[in-house]
Amino acid sequence: MFDWWEQVSAVMVFDGLGLLKGSQLGEAVHFFLYDTLKIYMLLVAIIFGVSFLRTYFNTEKVRVYLQGKSELSGNVLAALFGIITPFCSCSAIPLFLGFMQARIPMGITFSFLISAPLNNEIAIAMLFGLFGWKVTAIYIGFGLLVAILGGFIIGKCKLEKYVLIPVTPMSGDLEEVHIRLHVMKRINDAWVYTKDIFIKIYLYVLIGVGMGAFIHGYIPADFIARYAGGDAWYAVPLAVLLGIPMYSNAAGVMPLVEVLTSKGMLLGSALSFMMAVTALSLPEAMILKRILHVKLIGLFFGIVGFGILLVGYVFNAIL
Amino acid sequence: MKIEILGTGCAKCISLYENAKKAVAQKGVFAEIVKVEDIMQIMNYGVTSTPALVVDGKVLSSGRVLSAEEIGALL
Repeated sequence: MFDWWEQVSAVMVFDGLGLLKGSQLGEAVHFFLYDTLKIYMLLVAIIFGVSFLRTYFNTEKVRVYLQGKSELSGNVLAALFGIITPFCSCSAIPLFLGFMQARIPMGITFSFLISAPLNNEIAIAMLFGLFGWKVTAIYIGFGLLVAILGGFIIGKCKLEKYVLIPVTPMSGDLEEVHIRLHVMKRINDAWVYTKDIFIKIYLYVLIGVGMGAFIHGYIPADFIARYAGGDAWYAVPLAVLLGIPMYSNAAGVMPLVEVLTSKGMLLGSALSFMMAVTALSLPEAMILKRILHVKLIGLFFGIVGFGILLVGYVFNAIL
Repeated sequence: MKIEILGTGCAKCISLYENAKKAVAQKGVFAEIVKVEDIMQIMNYGVTSTPALVVDGKVLSSGRVLSAEEIGALL
């Protein structure tokens, strides 16, 4: 898809700047130019597409739809809705309490709360741009599995007593909140949103790809395998632990991961790392702490973290 | 007219509040603008994503920061 750009950027670097083809500097500059622009193009296209689609969904509709669904099927639906519903962790509290109000089982709410940040548009766009559709599909598929099973297990633990704010369940069914938007308005909204996000992350992408280009050009291919133990047992837990504080920086971190996989990091460890970046978000935990007991949040993190670990080990073993 | 901005105090809620103030000034309508930050009160409107805009008790938007022009068109 980007072959034309590969060639154009090669001409710019090797003929335009006069850098030597095959030299470390030349290759690093070429990689940097090619990768940044490719990712910028994909970021804009995917974020725009996803946010346009998402103007047709909202958490109020999801709530109406999930109301009265049984466990497991509810978990599956909630995890799927997490992909297409716009969600900001600042709405985690009204979402959580609102779902409880509608008598949606807590495990189903958690399935949504795990899936939504995991499938955020930036992570998906970056994954697609750097690793291609296969890895993106694996990431989404196993992310959904973690969300479904994680929510299901939390639901089975019967921890409703750890919700600190008393919620009175509504009697009867919910009425849908109707909000009408014109298609042009949706396109405009999606565009404004895409611009906002792009402005927020373009520098991180630049730095991430820049560091990636440096590694790409200057660090030997078996670096990770030789010094950091690519297939050591601790590679996956280490990847998860490192991923937790990176929540806001998926855009900057992912280019590094991509390069590290070409330097001997196993794909399972890379997947675990990226899932830890998106799904285990400390700010979301801090927000939820206002309404949930620490024990419940700990369990939520523990189960999701464990699921991510498993995904990593399974992939390292089979790929 | 009573305009309520529902939100637990995030940055988006503040910008929606500011835009609502602008909209009211631009339209020259007489309106009371209230910020609703208590989560239990927010829940009563059936809203699950914030910020939300409520005019005279009716939820007109949720989860979006509307511009002053958009709010003006709704008033």
